[in-house]
Amino acid sequence: MKYRSVFDIIGPIMIGPSSSHTAGAARIGRVARSLFGKQPKWAKISFYGSFAKTYKGHGTDVAIVGGILDFDTFDERIKSSLKLAEELGLEITFTEEEAVTDHPNTAKVIIGDDDNELELVGISIGGGKIEIIELNGFQLKLSGNHPALLVVHNDRYGAIAGVANVLAKYEINIGHMEVARKEKGKQALMTIEVDQNIEAIILEELSKLPNITKVTKIVE
Amino acid sequence: MFRNVAELVELAESQNKKIAEIMIEQEMEFTGKSRETIIAQMEANLDVMEKAVERGLAGVQSVSGLTGGDAVLIQEYLQKGNFLSGDIILDAVSKAVATNEVNAAMGTICATPTAGSAGVVPGTLFAVKNKLNPKKEDMVNFLFTSGAFGFVVANNASISGAAGGCQAEVGSASGMAAAAIVEMAGGTPSQCAEAMAITLKNMLGLVCDPVAGLVEVPCVKRNAMGAANAMVAADLALAGVTSRIPCDEVIDAMYRIGQTMPTALKETAQGGLAATPTGRELEAKIFGVSLQKGE
Repeated sequence: MKYRSVFDIIGPIMIGPSSSHTAGAARIGRVARSLFGKQPKWAKISFYGSFAKTYKGHGTDVAIVGGILDFDTFDERIKSSLKLAEELGLEITFTEEEAVTDHPNTAKVIIGDDDNELELVGISIGGGKIEIIELNGFQLKLSGNHPALLVVHNDRYGAIAGVANVLAKYEINIGHMEVARKEKGKQALMTIEVDQNIEAIILEELSKLPNITKVTKIVE
Repeated sequence: MFRNVAELVELAESQNKKIAEIMIEQEMEFTGKSRETIIAQMEANLDVMEKAVERGLAGVQSVSGLTGGDAVLIQEYLQKGNFLSGDIILDAVSKAVATNEVNAAMGTICATPTAGSAGVVPGTLFAVKNKLNPKKEDMVNFLFTSGAFGFVVANNASISGAAGGCQAEVGSASGMAAAAIVEMAGGTPSQCAEAMAITLKNMLGLVCDPVAGLVEVPCVKRNAMGAANAMVAADLALAGVTSRIPCDEVIDAMYRIGQTMPTALKETAQGGLAATPTGRELEAKIFGVSLQKGE
């Protein structure tokens, strides 16, 4: 089931004109921002498929930048996000890609500052609902609808159990979980969708576990 | 949890409940949220819909200038009393257009199920309201019933124009609205499904070919006709007319049609009305240059 809530169908409340091209794009941008954890200094945005063909008319460009500025789908500031980004010194480039992707509404967002960089690929599947399909080269499936935890770790036995034990201790229920790795024994990523919001103390405890390199959360 | 329309109708009829109630209960189970919270969230959506209708009926214009003002024209025509097709239908049409004109003008709307098709459900709801005098609770239920049918389409076919053509957007919206009208008018869950099936059958094959890639032409008028389609299909179902092809099979047919539809006709502005000489002219005028490079 791709859609699980009635509010995926009746909703979101949003600025027009397109739920997949405007609201979905805003949500993809906002997930990138949320994972990056702070205001980036630059953003490189690539549009594929229908996004590439029609992004200007749909306001996909202003919406995705609005998301990167942490605006929700109904935030009136989306309309002037390009101007707001410029005022904040956020450098933005858009590329219309010719490559054919699995989903017609696909966007790649690379954001960064002097210290960090993050690359994310999102698809807008309709009605404002999105999925994040790639993060820093890892394949994953993330709806963006639930609080989620991303744990970068070394591919070693016990790493997953350690994380699960901490979550169990704090009575956090896992709704969906995936593990991806680039190569056996190398860097890996756990994507964990949970039912409750995750407190900072839990993140801290997780990051101290052996073989865990980075822990990020996406707040609902 | 229901996965298709047959299961939804079976759940409602075996428990002697409305479709809206089945949807609310499923939402409570899935989210763990209270009934009050869920209803309050839907009331907020209803509120946004009402404001969008009001704003559109007062008159809006899109940035491109392609759409705006038609809702006002239809209302003025309606007030003169010399119309042919029926006052509730025309009222629904004007309110669907009003909502979609607000959407095109980058106003605040509630996607139902998408932004491009956001006019149909509220358009019919606020028109039928004048005839049936529903309580607020019934109006909120209208949205849950629409949502239940949209939920099935979204999970078994698509509600995205880019994935399935306009049949997936306005087609879904119209089917959702037809089912909800039937329930509000006192029809059975089976009759809701028949209304959905009849509506969607008549939207099959509808391409998504927005001129200049904007959600304006022909989207606004497709919302108008989608609302009219929903009203008539609801009456057919209430009259006892049934669809020879069951609702779930119609949804499945829509999915397969969407799969085989060429990309040019799925929200890329490369075919259909977007590729007509006038469509191209408008596109060039709005953007200074043509969006379609190399053509």
